[in-house]
Amino acid sequence: MATASRPSKASEAFVSGADVVVESLVRHGVDVIFAYPGGASMPLHQALTRYKDQIRTILPRHEQGGAFAAQGYARTTGRPGVCMGTSGPGALNLVTAIADAKLDSVPLVVLSGQVGTSVIGTDAFQETPMVEVCRGITKHHYLVTDAKDLARVMKEAFYIATTGRPGPVLVDLPKNIQLAQIVPDYDCAMNLPGYHPEPRRAAHPEQIAQVAAAIKRAKRPVIYAGGGVIASDATDEIRTLVEKTGIPVTMTLMGLGVFPGDHPLSLDMLGMHGSVYANYAVDEADLLIAVGVRFDDRVTGKVEAFAEHGFIVHIDIDPSEINKNKLVHVPIVADVKAALGQLNAIVEPPAADLGPWHTRIAEWKKEDPFAYDTNYPGILAQEAIAELSRLTAKQDTVITVGVGQHQMWAAQFYKFRRPRTWLSSSGLGTMGFGLPAAMGAKVAYPDSLVVDIDGDGSILMNIQEFATCKTENIPVKVLLLNNQHLGMVVQWEDRFFKGNRAHTYLGPVDHPEAFGQGDGISPEIRYPDFVAIAKGFGWQAETIAAKKDLEPALRRLIDAPGPAILDVQVPYQSHVLPMIPSGMTVKDLIKK
Amino acid sequence: MRHVLSATVQNVPGVLAHVSGMLASRGYNIDSLAVGETEDPHFSRMTFVLRGDDRVLDQVRRQLEKIVTVVRVDDISSRNYVERDLLLIKIAALAGPARAEIKELADIFRGHIIDVAADSVIVELSGTEKKLEGFVEVMRPHGILELVRTGRIAMVRGSPPTRETTEAADGARPADSAPVGESLA
Repeated sequence: MATASRPSKASEAFVSGADVVVESLVRHGVDVIFAYPGGASMPLHQALTRYKDQIRTILPRHEQGGAFAAQGYARTTGRPGVCMGTSGPGALNLVTAIADAKLDSVPLVVLSGQVGTSVIGTDAFQETPMVEVCRGITKHHYLVTDAKDLARVMKEAFYIATTGRPGPVLVDLPKNIQLAQIVPDYDCAMNLPGYHPEPRRAAHPEQIAQVAAAIKRAKRPVIYAGGGVIASDATDEIRTLVEKTGIPVTMTLMGLGVFPGDHPLSLDMLGMHGSVYANYAVDEADLLIAVGVRFDDRVTGKVEAFAEHGFIVHIDIDPSEINKNKLVHVPIVADVKAALGQLNAIVEPPAADLGPWHTRIAEWKKEDPFAYDTNYPGILAQEAIAELSRLTAKQDTVITVGVGQHQMWAAQFYKFRRPRTWLSSSGLGTMGFGLPAAMGAKVAYPDSLVVDIDGDGSILMNIQEFATCKTENIPVKVLLLNNQHLGMVVQWEDRFFKGNRAHTYLGPVDHPEAFGQGDGISPEIRYPDFVAIAKGFGWQAETIAAKKDLEPALRRLIDAPGPAILDVQVPYQSHVLPMIPSGMTVKDLIKK
Repeated sequence: MRHVLSATVQNVPGVLAHVSGMLASRGYNIDSLAVGETEDPHFSRMTFVLRGDDRVLDQVRRQLEKIVTVVRVDDISSRNYVERDLLLIKIAALAGPARAEIKELADIFRGHIIDVAADSVIVELSGTEKKLEGFVEVMRPHGILELVRTGRIAMVRGSPPTRETTEAADGARPADSAPVGESLA
């Protein structure tokens, strides 16, 4: 009998390459993948059916939707998001979301089908050189040409995506590699001689002492916190530092949620559309503690004039961010959580009383808060967001956004209290991010309320995901701020191009609005009919224009059992303010 | 300022494309790039010559080090190193006084004639960039038919080996925090 069992054992040990990939996903804790099948990824999909009890496979309606859903999952959980497309067009549709993840340091493992190795390079059907395309927009990329490498490559992919500064890793999988029969070794060693991220890498104690000394000397200190604080899970350390020192905190677009927006020491967002008080405070600061940030041009404006009076400390895990855009006084390459932990252990409050500084900031806040015209007879986008913020204050809520005016207003008027509850395509600024990202967030946190605050331009870019939300039972909510225009571009046209409308009206081209004429958008001519579209996809939907309808309609949206959209008709004439025009300084800040 | 960077990279497909793609997409201009296997077949050495101020070079080095297949990068410009470039040059030279003169000049430059045809010769010459340029200039009047160069390769004299910088000797990793001296303070 013993002899008979031997061959069957040996045959059991052989599995397909596709099974090795999926088994690797399971071993790395993946519980959901967003995957759209095609010829070159079918073996992987077949393997996924064999693992359906461990991994939920969600079929998006466009690969870009799937990849942004994976981002939504990753941005809310901090764990790597996983998505997949077939070769050629399927893989290329993933590309925008990959570039987006690179700029916002989101951990993704992206799988793409590829034509068989024997025909790679022959312009085969649905062949694109995916690793070539993705070279500059991934943290790393693999084309697997030997099935024996699969287990190691998958191990390396997850390791690289999630360690150091997180980012997207592409694994391109030729079809014959998926079909090959091999005996996998999941405990294989990685081969990464050039990659040594140190977990919780500490800062030089001497540099931490310099920071503590700078805090002791400071009279007008400010903390400038970004997405790196969230990636490093260091929001508690920031809060402790503030408690110990009384230093006010401003956040980047990526950093919202690091510090509670309703705390008196919160300066809200800084930069181009940041608060007046945050930009004034950074300008007058004698000490700027920049943590997990990259001195992006949307934050600094003219970089030479940014925080020009201050002593600058910069803490970041990525050495290439240090002194890249701005020369700083104390450059610290370290894990933010580790470095702040070291700092909190020795830091003392500033010797000088910060009272006058706090008073000055409070005055700025009182004088120029984020504001909108409360007497406007209809509904303003800002008001709808502020109302949503009020109604959901006590609820576990995740907000996602598209890109444009509604995104900036959401950043200004929604009060975030916790990290990983605000999902915005910040670095790349990809329209169409909001709906699929909400989908991924809702899959990760089914018990949270997930609201996509979107614009009528952005939502159309991935509106096909209405179908995914309905068919896969992912009840996300959409607050659509519908102004019939590409509002942010319209705003720039008004400010910098004498109001000349250049392809920024979203209705029929024979409407006077297409030429910047007409006096608003009457309900009869609005286009498209989002309520009818949403209902066609099986969503709950309604549209409102009157102020009195806002609160009850928002409540209906929040309470809807399934996916639901509230189309709010808002004017297109409002501008996002304050504003520091591109490349300018705080002195050029536009308040009205 | 002229800088010589010496990079140890994994000997895997795509590493050259990755490195040159990064340099191109970030707008860095390279004067010269040479690549070849090292004493360990798992690794290749890339030698770059670039021009730029220290801040630009520091950024190039750090961006290179971010590439996963790049094991380490050293700017050896400030160290005691030797540098060589190999030149093959085909010169119009019928048999006679012209060919004799080329032979004489090649000898002065410690080059070798490695091919002779009816109407041309090929000279092989190695040395520093300046020496090679000097030789090209004296050959120009004879009529240069073809010229090809390897790009510069470099090696630090004595020990420690090229890949150990003074930073590493201090116990810090190559991609470590900028020392305080490098900053504004």
